[in-house]
Amino acid sequence: MTPGPPPMLTDATFALVLALLLVAPLAVAGLALINTGLGRSRSAAQSLLGSLAIVAVATIAFALLGATLVGTSAGASHIVHFAGKPWNWLGKGPFFLAGLTAAPAQAQLELLFEFLAVALAALIPWGSGADRLRLAAGCAVAAVLAAIVFPLLAHWTWGLGWLAQLGVNFSLGAGFLDPAGAAAMHVLGGLSALAVAWIAGPRRGKFPQGGFATAMPGHNAVYILFGCLLALAGWLAFNVAGAVLWLHAPLAALPVTAVNTLLSAAGAVTATLAVTRYRFGKPDASLCANGWLTGLVASSACAAVVSPLAALFIGIVAGVITPLLVEVLELAVSIDDPSGAIAVHAAGGLWGLIAAGVFAPQPGQFLAQLVGIATLLGLALPLVYLLFWLVNRVIPFRVDPDGERVGMDLHELGGGAYPEFVIHRDDSYR
Amino acid sequence: MKFAGLLVMPAGFFLSLAALVLFPASNAAARAAFVLCGIAVEALGLAVAVRGHMEAEGKSRT
Repeated sequence: MTPGPPPMLTDATFALVLALLLVAPLAVAGLALINTGLGRSRSAAQSLLGSLAIVAVATIAFALLGATLVGTSAGASHIVHFAGKPWNWLGKGPFFLAGLTAAPAQAQLELLFEFLAVALAALIPWGSGADRLRLAAGCAVAAVLAAIVFPLLAHWTWGLGWLAQLGVNFSLGAGFLDPAGAAAMHVLGGLSALAVAWIAGPRRGKFPQGGFATAMPGHNAVYILFGCLLALAGWLAFNVAGAVLWLHAPLAALPVTAVNTLLSAAGAVTATLAVTRYRFGKPDASLCANGWLTGLVASSACAAVVSPLAALFIGIVAGVITPLLVEVLELAVSIDDPSGAIAVHAAGGLWGLIAAGVFAPQPGQFLAQLVGIATLLGLALPLVYLLFWLVNRVIPFRVDPDGERVGMDLHELGGGAYPEFVIHRDDSYR
Repeated sequence: MKFAGLLVMPAGFFLSLAALVLFPASNAAARAAFVLCGIAVEALGLAVAVRGHMEAEGKSRT
């Protein structure tokens, strides 16, 4: 059975979703600030300029190719019939956004949602490559994600893609649930961050021979924490708009989605605060910011489908996991991830997707979520790593040693973000 | 070693996909077991890739 197109949006719903999507870029702004604050002061200007450039490149790449591959939930798709079931693998949208003005309201809003989502997804690995990833490489990563990988996952998980239709075709609950992009945005971004961290390698002096990992704290806690507050506004917009667009939630269900988002973030930051207070004697600002973000990321998968109590629990678990995972990745696995994107976006997103399966009421939902997770881990990570590895052959990810020593601002931009400040030298970390 | 691990991971994905095709909805337990096996294979691949990264990282420490 092939499901029909989504129900028509009323004028009020259209206006609400449009207004929400105009607020959603605050999530991008928040993440850009967090990434910049978690990097070093001598790379701050390059980090923020890189964020702008990445959003720009991702938007253009998505418009040129990605939007065609995603298609729309009511539009044509490439469907393969296998084992008696339709497998909707690829969208068949118009090239270069042709006919967008005449498209149905739902299709236009879906496209706007995806444009903002791809910008956020492309920004996630930029934070992991902080202080050594070249601007050109960051833009190339964004182009690959926006043109190829994100469109595949977005088509599969939203609208009529094969993952979204697991419920209809294989009786697995309501199909893979990911109304606000925990999979297509966050897990993809987090796995891309892992690939970038692997390919670019750690910052110079991060893992000295025969010693523990060197602590390289973020340079501006105010950027980091204010970025968290900005991100909250953007996440509320994404989660509520996603519930309307992809789950066709009624207006009456939307306040609960917003409350759940807030509860998840609140539970997470409280838990991280307690864990870091217990582990280090004092709360750690950057880890608390990571905890807050993980709560938001987890809510992307489940805020629209779980109860407030479940959302709080999901947030608390996310907040406990985050600081421990950040520590494990750095100390035990030797992965230098300055922004904590792997723990926050990949692990937090996966936890949210699992939680949606555990707490959603439909039978078979948990298995649908597991199939989605298997797709992300088994297909998205190897594909992203392979593509980035190829990109690295053409546009080297890592800056040369001299550039890393003087800082990305001076090396790539010719001037620093804080020209009147004294910049620490590498020796200060030893 | 990292590539070997990453090459194993798609096998886990196809195992999970095979679960949907091979087992009907009425046999939920077998389906779930198959999908879990697929994820276990992916976890194994990821562990190998991480191990490969750690070995390479240990050699290049300065």
